[in-house]
Amino acid sequence: MNDMKKNPGISTSRKVKTAILKTLVYLSAVVIIAAVLFVVVVIVIRGLPNISWEFLSNGVSYLKGITGILPNILNTIYVVIMTLIIVLPVGTGAAIYLNEYAKNKKAVAVIEFATETLAGIPSIIYGLVGMLIFVQTFKLKTSLLAGSLTLVIMTLPTIVRTVQESLKTVPNSYREGSLALGSGKWHMVRTVVLPSAIDGIVTGCILSIGRIVGESAALLFTAGMADVIYTPLEAITPNHSGSTLAVALYVYAKERADSGTAFAIAFILLILTLIINTAAKIAGKKLKRRTENEG
Amino acid sequence: MKAEIEIANVENDDKEIREVQNTKAPAEGETLIDVRHMNLWYGENHAIKDVSIAIPQNRITALIGPSGCGKSTFLKSLNRMNDLVEGVKIEGKLTLGGIDIYKDIDVSVLRRRVGMVFQKPNPFPMSIYDNVAYGLRVQGVRSRVQLDEAVERSLRQAAIWDECKDRLKKSALGLSGGQQQRLCIARTIAVEPEVVLMDEPTSALDPISTSKIEELALELLEHYTIVIVTHNMQQAARIADKTAFFLLGELVEYGDTNKMFSSPSDDRTEAYITGRFG
Repeated sequence: MNDMKKNPGISTSRKVKTAILKTLVYLSAVVIIAAVLFVVVVIVIRGLPNISWEFLSNGVSYLKGITGILPNILNTIYVVIMTLIIVLPVGTGAAIYLNEYAKNKKAVAVIEFATETLAGIPSIIYGLVGMLIFVQTFKLKTSLLAGSLTLVIMTLPTIVRTVQESLKTVPNSYREGSLALGSGKWHMVRTVVLPSAIDGIVTGCILSIGRIVGESAALLFTAGMADVIYTPLEAITPNHSGSTLAVALYVYAKERADSGTAFAIAFILLILTLIINTAAKIAGKKLKRRTENEG
Repeated sequence: MKAEIEIANVENDDKEIREVQNTKAPAEGETLIDVRHMNLWYGENHAIKDVSIAIPQNRITALIGPSGCGKSTFLKSLNRMNDLVEGVKIEGKLTLGGIDIYKDIDVSVLRRRVGMVFQKPNPFPMSIYDNVAYGLRVQGVRSRVQLDEAVERSLRQAAIWDECKDRLKKSALGLSGGQQQRLCIARTIAVEPEVVLMDEPTSALDPISTSKIEELALELLEHYTIVIVTHNMQQAARIADKTAFFLLGELVEYGDTNKMFSSPSDDRTEAYITGRFG
């Protein structure tokens, strides 16, 4: 204390503390970057050599001795599209209801708590529940459809929360301005609130796609493990089992002990995630610009 | 109609309205909005206490008073924006051209007839054109010709046409604060309301933008009736035909602006306009 009174500048102990903290912060940044680099490098080194046009454009044929992941790529795309087509309107609708229409604040709080809890449940449990409901009760069998419906339930909380958060950031003055011009509530939501919330919807989309593409546990029991090339029509009908890339990765690594193929799939997953995220961001920007300039 | 006008708490009012009517064309200056014994509660808070007021047509009526006196609340009752507030309760009779605005008219129809300009400019995050066309589209107008015509007319009336005619497709958020507020006025008058409510429309603006809005208000009188809430007493003195002074939810005094500022009949009014409180 006396030290500090004599010296109005920063004391030595404080300087040392600052230096230590700074080093720690830098260190944690380095650790994180190193970890990411390590993962990426390992995946590239071990995966890239196994990737060929043959690998990407074929299914699996034990007769010809070909290992290909085209079915898994297609299945991943089918599952992503099917899930999003269902979860986006439902999730956005729920968020709009909670934020714009719901009068009972207690009920809203309970629903918000429930969605948060749902978001934290391990995905294997969604897999079990999905198997019980969609595969068995609804008799969809292990199928891409059953898998997608399971993922709808799994990603619903994410969509609801992100859309709701972005609805909350839309200024009330927009709502008042719209209502003051005589518009009804739904017209106000559609023309003023939703366009301003498009950011959040895109974010929700990206997060959900990330979860869907990377999901294996919830799909193991519901979508199955088949490596068959399906047409889109087949993909949406029950009883068409298929494994997505993440599930295939698990199968190759664990059951077929083929780590080369597993790493090749990991590499493809990496690229796919990158492409999807970039596309979603560009789409979001375009949408936003259109609503701002032309409506 | 004249004979019916009896306004509690407000002396002279009857006489003044008659005077106005004698000097002007009949439609102008006649009571357009008539409020009788209005009380309003936010939950337990008695925010407006037995207010009666007759607002004349094609005139500017200013509502003045210190913060929290109920003037904005009163204004928002006229187009039922208070309906959005939870726990609000309104008693009394509020009529627009003889129609009870809380009973006989659909709220969206009412809001088309009674437009509103807010304290903070609130253009929507869309193009200038779409902002002005918004109210018409709400009403289902789709014809490009009709919209083009209405957008130009409204922007001209709001004295902002020259500044934005070359950038109608650009985002309205790129305009300055004063321009945004004039755009909001254009957006409001695009649907040709009878009344334009203004809730401290210049409090967020610089002096030059403020004087533009004031000039605009005076020009708009030809077509519209204006009720304006203002913190700025000079503003009321400059533009308002009638002024109402609110204090703690009560209407203390209501009358011709000139008379109120030269010889107020209530001591509290005098104290307020001479700057002794508020």
